[in-house]
Amino acid sequence: MAPREWERKDLLGLEGLSASEIESLLDLAASFKVAPPTDLLKGRTVAFIFTEPSTRTRSSFEMAAKRLGADVLSFSPVGSSLSKGETLLDTFLNLQAVGVTHFVVRHERSGVLENLAPLLKASVINAGDGWHEHPTQALLDLLTLRERWGSFKGRKIVILGDIRHSRVARSNLFALKKLGAKVVFCGPTPLCPDDFASLGAIIEHDVEKALKGADAVNVLRLQIERMEQGFVPSLADYALTYQLTPERADLMKAEALVMHPGPINRGVELASEVADGPRSVILEQVANGVLARMAVLASCEEGRSLA
Amino acid sequence: MPEQLIVAGGLLIDPASGIESIRDILLEDGRVAAVAAGLARKPAFKGVPVIDAKGKWVLPGLVDMHVHLREPGREGDETIETGAKAAARGGVTTVLAMANTEPVTDSPAQLAFLRAKAKSDAAITVLFAGAVTLGLKGEKLTEFAKLKAAGAAALSDDGRPVMNAGLLRRALEYAKDLGLLVIDHCEDLNLSNGACVHEGPAALRKGLKGTPWAAETVQVMRDIALAELTGARLHIAHVSVASSVAAIRTAKKNGIRISAEAAPHHFALQAKDIPGYDANWKMNPPLRADKDRQALLAGLADGTIDAIATDHAPHGCAAKSLGMDAAPFGVIGLETSLALALTDLFHKKILTRRKLVDRMSAGPARLLGLKQKGTLAPGADADLVVVDPDAVWTPEPPYFSKSRNTPFTGRKLKGRALTTLSAGRVVHAL
Repeated sequence: MAPREWERKDLLGLEGLSASEIESLLDLAASFKVAPPTDLLKGRTVAFIFTEPSTRTRSSFEMAAKRLGADVLSFSPVGSSLSKGETLLDTFLNLQAVGVTHFVVRHERSGVLENLAPLLKASVINAGDGWHEHPTQALLDLLTLRERWGSFKGRKIVILGDIRHSRVARSNLFALKKLGAKVVFCGPTPLCPDDFASLGAIIEHDVEKALKGADAVNVLRLQIERMEQGFVPSLADYALTYQLTPERADLMKAEALVMHPGPINRGVELASEVADGPRSVILEQVANGVLARMAVLASCEEGRSLA
Repeated sequence: MPEQLIVAGGLLIDPASGIESIRDILLEDGRVAAVAAGLARKPAFKGVPVIDAKGKWVLPGLVDMHVHLREPGREGDETIETGAKAAARGGVTTVLAMANTEPVTDSPAQLAFLRAKAKSDAAITVLFAGAVTLGLKGEKLTEFAKLKAAGAAALSDDGRPVMNAGLLRRALEYAKDLGLLVIDHCEDLNLSNGACVHEGPAALRKGLKGTPWAAETVQVMRDIALAELTGARLHIAHVSVASSVAAIRTAKKNGIRISAEAAPHHFALQAKDIPGYDANWKMNPPLRADKDRQALLAGLADGTIDAIATDHAPHGCAAKSLGMDAAPFGVIGLETSLALALTDLFHKKILTRRKLVDRMSAGPARLLGLKQKGTLAPGADADLVVVDPDAVWTPEPPYFSKSRNTPFTGRKLKGRALTTLSAGRVVHAL
């Protein structure tokens, strides 16, 4: 069922994947939309280890696991052995011994899974690690765009906002570049340092120039901590220059799309009229999230059984 | 009967005496008694045991002015005894242990305890730095005169910078009158802001918080100004970036009494070498860009950087397994510093062998005012190391250190210590 290109048991990020591996995940997700599978993960147990709060990613993954017939083990770090000083590896090994076959992990530290995953038989799926990667979010973004466009070749996608602290921006950049798109990072220099050019992004601090002629914009949430940490003087000051207003959105191509990984700070990074307007595909993104995560869980299950 | 030993036939490299030729060295009761060609064959020394150093180098024992031995407080990671063994294995016969132990070395009683411990446990000379401020908190000066009387060899808050410039000014003035060297860890904490790696492309790619080069240079430039203001000697620990090297070079030209050290990991490695999130490559300051590494090489060659010091910083495997972000800073270095200097500086023609000995032995001995160290002139301490500059080997754990946190595991190196003597006795032999 899973595509033949896929031989991995884990999905830790998109940077290390080939274009055909990414395409194979998108193909599988698209096929699930037409013909929903039922029992690909029957008898398997998916555990959720989230050390950061999450509503949509976690519920989307749970829905995906249940649709594939898996049992779901919920796990909260508060009151668990993680808060009693047990190492993360010991926690994983114990849960694996309990019978967990898939770990879906969100952790506040970048790269925390890279040393752990090779030590486990179970699949490890990154649901967001620090500022590093959020591969399933980027996959659902790509799935949403590909449904409209068919191909990414020659497309210009602007990622707007707090790039520095964004795992969504990094995963999108890595994947979109591999699939032939042009990626523009836009934001104030403290949140969008010019060094990102070394990763293959085009850096543009002028939001009007960035948006001109774009095919899509992915607007990132501006967290209130960034103001407290001094990256921007205030949310309102940021909004004055960088908020995606209807006027700014109209600088893009007529059929250009507006995306947001959520949760939205309405009136900060995104004007409500745009969030709810005809360009917005924000709720399509959420719906596609379940399909993308089903594709990842199913593919890693196949990769795990190959190992 | 005096305790005698002859190290015979080796190429003696002793820049302090200006000697770089084949010599026999007679050691007697812990001191160098005579240096001459053909001593071992003289009838007067018949029966004196001989270490054959033919075809090898003989150097004054290395002086590492920046190590962390973790005792007291974290004896699971290192002790004075194991740190000294690691040093001896690397040809190092004198170390300066930093004050960031638990408790901090900020009182005469603490120094007395440490010196007694070193005397009973260490095979080499272990010296101790006293803290500049109580508890390394950067708020109130320690009692420098009492610390000196109790045997402090220098003063440093290493691990932390002295962020308050007014406080450092008074520390420099007071230390100057006492003849104590102040060593500063240069890091503007507002700029480094909790970062774990160098700020640059690799940090952005991995989503890790980076510290800019300016976090170091801002403090180096401040320290240069304070050294000029006070006329005191000030030593900059573990210089890591090009702009700091340039600032120190200019300051020295202007007659300011500043000195500096560089660590082997900084001259041998760079930020983009770090594999993934492996915390065995995490130290503070972090591995920098290639231009910074090149500047360190130039600074070592022209003497802007006076000393090679390891910043030997043992940490257990559990702490280092926390990953790049959460793991503590520091790598061990005593067992590999000579080999790295030979591999990356001597064999690559950055330093002559004479300069190499200066940066690793004579230079730091001079900075610390150790007249009996850093040379093998008659009367000096009988600390020496016999070196095979061409021996190829690969560091692998277990190490003599209790810890194994080093990025150099598995790296092919050329050159190593064969035999190390401290006070005339063999403390390590391959």
